[in-house]
Amino acid sequence: MGDSTRETSTGAVERIFNVSQLLEEKGVSRRDFMKFCTTLSAALALPAGFAPRIAQALDEVKRPTLVWLEFQDCAGDTEALLRAANPTVGELILDILSVDYHETVMAAAGFQAEEALAKVVREQKGKYIAIVEGSIPMKDGGVYCCVAGRSALDIAREVCGNALATVAVGTCASYGGLPAARPNPTGAVGVSQAVPGAKVVNLPGCPLNADNLTATVVHYLVFNKLPAADALGRPLFAYGKRIHDNCERRAHFDAGQYVESWGDPAHAKGHCLYKMGCKGPETYHNCPTQKFNEKTSWPVASGHGCCGCSQPQFWDTMTPIYHRLPNVPGFGIESSADKIGMGIAAGTALAFGAHGLVSAFRKGDSAEGAKEDR
Amino acid sequence: MANLYEKYVWEVPVRVTHWINVICIALLSITGLLIGNPKLFTLSTSDYLMGWIRFVHFVAAYTFTVSVVSRLYWSLIGNRYASWREFVPFLTPEGRRGMLDTLRYYTFVSRKAPHVVGHNSLAGTAYFVVFLLYLTMIVTGFTLYSERAPLGVTHKLFGWVMVLFTNQGLRLTHHMTMWFLVAFAIHHVYSAWLMDVKEKGGVMSSIFSGYKAVRKEG
Ligand code: HEM
Ligand code: HEM
Ligand code: SF4
Repeated sequence: MGDSTRETSTGAVERIFNVSQLLEEKGVSRRDFMKFCTTLSAALALPAGFAPRIAQALDEVKRPTLVWLEFQDCAGDTEALLRAANPTVGELILDILSVDYHETVMAAAGFQAEEALAKVVREQKGKYIAIVEGSIPMKDGGVYCCVAGRSALDIAREVCGNALATVAVGTCASYGGLPAARPNPTGAVGVSQAVPGAKVVNLPGCPLNADNLTATVVHYLVFNKLPAADALGRPLFAYGKRIHDNCERRAHFDAGQYVESWGDPAHAKGHCLYKMGCKGPETYHNCPTQKFNEKTSWPVASGHGCCGCSQPQFWDTMTPIYHRLPNVPGFGIESSADKIGMGIAAGTALAFGAHGLVSAFRKGDSAEGAKEDR
Repeated sequence: MANLYEKYVWEVPVRVTHWINVICIALLSITGLLIGNPKLFTLSTSDYLMGWIRFVHFVAAYTFTVSVVSRLYWSLIGNRYASWREFVPFLTPEGRRGMLDTLRYYTFVSRKAPHVVGHNSLAGTAYFVVFLLYLTMIVTGFTLYSERAPLGVTHKLFGWVMVLFTNQGLRLTHHMTMWFLVAFAIHHVYSAWLMDVKEKGGVMSSIFSGYKAVRKEG
């Protein structure tokens, strides 16, 4: 393979390789590689002229080691990466860059596997990239998630704490996700909260979009720094815009054409899902433009509203998924804000109407105009 | 009923902001309800019905905000009836007595209708609450508005609100507070009518003209 090794001054073994050559060996043409670089510069919101620079940078790149840790997760982000219909160039790139440790896909097991991880941390301290999938439980000393006898917290502290950078993939690793949903029995949190010192990029989503992972890694390889992020630690190229503002159904929103129930004519025509509880107006992600599974589709395109999965604590803060507003706390299941509000208004009108009737027939209670006050 | 004369009570800024607020609240409530639960009948995707409804909401929202802030400013420099002190009668023993007297009148316990030139102390307190509701609407409204531009100035200014509210809680608060304002409006117009009839001080017309009928000393 186009891989060669060289010993650095510190004694660590560094593998030098050439992505395009490797891709060629895997049957990807130069043309496909350039196409990939162009798509990637678009995903990163860079001008198209950047594609050759990306290609060049990937040609000259030093191979960084990747380790992929899984904690309280469903392996959905791993699936998102692996289950594409055809292996994409992006996948192959990640494949080539990776992966010295990945519980779900590695061949090694047991002590051998753990030794591979320990070796990376030992020999490439501060040089490898850690990818974390799944949340980290903090309650009761972190006993709720252990790998090879060590708690997730312990592993994360060591592996992420010594990494060049950590990429939290999926909402669980970013903010705690589903395991952190109320009442959060395990005290689950995301990586940046569990290991405050670590340099973390969050790529939330349920699952994340693998394209954004490739783009983040390539951004690092090309520019030697992590992409600019928002206040929630998410790269702006992928999470800087609102779903609602890039949605293909937006024209129907502005026009006032809404789906009223599943399967109604408006639904068949592809009208806006706002009334069906779509959370696109408060969710930031590039789903409408990047889409999933080689740009095949994304939730709203397939007729289901956005449920805000890339926002922190979406299970608690974006629900109910199929209604625009939650019910008023403390009232029955079916009491919407409007029903209660109309009740309050009608109650007020009745009370004062009655008061008015009594007052109208009440004699001898008038005043004689206010007295000048001093 | 002798010795009545016309006294200038509500200065121009008080009346102008009152009526701007009334118009804005009516517009904001109607457009807000349509935003919350659009019942629109458009046939063509080329229409812009929801777009215009939201536009009206946001224009009215800015107007309302400027008006409320102006009224708050006037409460520092206006006459004594416009002063912020009118809104916090519950801070003084005299004011608390006034509130109790008015409450006794309203609950038919006493026959003595309140005699005051400005707001009666119960009304003053109610307006205090209403101004809090106004501010709630403005803060939650602008926070919702800032979602459009996550890197914008508004988002930075109102970012702290998202610490207090969850996303859905914010919407619910904005929506529910509207109903409290609607309930207040019903009560308020009724009370204005009642006091107009009973006080005979011309309260109702005073919010148009600025003048109330006031009795001379002695
Ligand atoms: C008395 C004043 C106001 C009333 C009665 C009012 C009422 C409403 C209502 C009922 C909704 C629908 C909420 C829902 O179901 O999601 C709404 C939405 C909204 N309001 Fe207001 N509002 C007021 C003031 C404001 C102000 C001052 C702003 C500031 C810009 C504002 C901005 C918004 C925004 C951004 C939305 C969401 C619009 C959307 O999702 O497109 N509102 N308002
Ligand atoms: C036809 C409709 C209305 C009439 C005739 C009316 C009349 C009046 C009158 C006579 C006053 C001064 C009386 C007093 O202080 O006791 C007043 C003050 C006030 N009204 Fe109204 N009102 C109307 C609608 C509304 C609505 C819809 C709101 C808000 C929801 C509102 C909010 C207020 C507030 C906050 C004050 C205190 C004003 C200040 O000192 O700046 N009014 N109104
Ligand atoms: S489907 Fe959702 S994201 Fe798309 S326009 Fe409608 S509300 Fe916005």
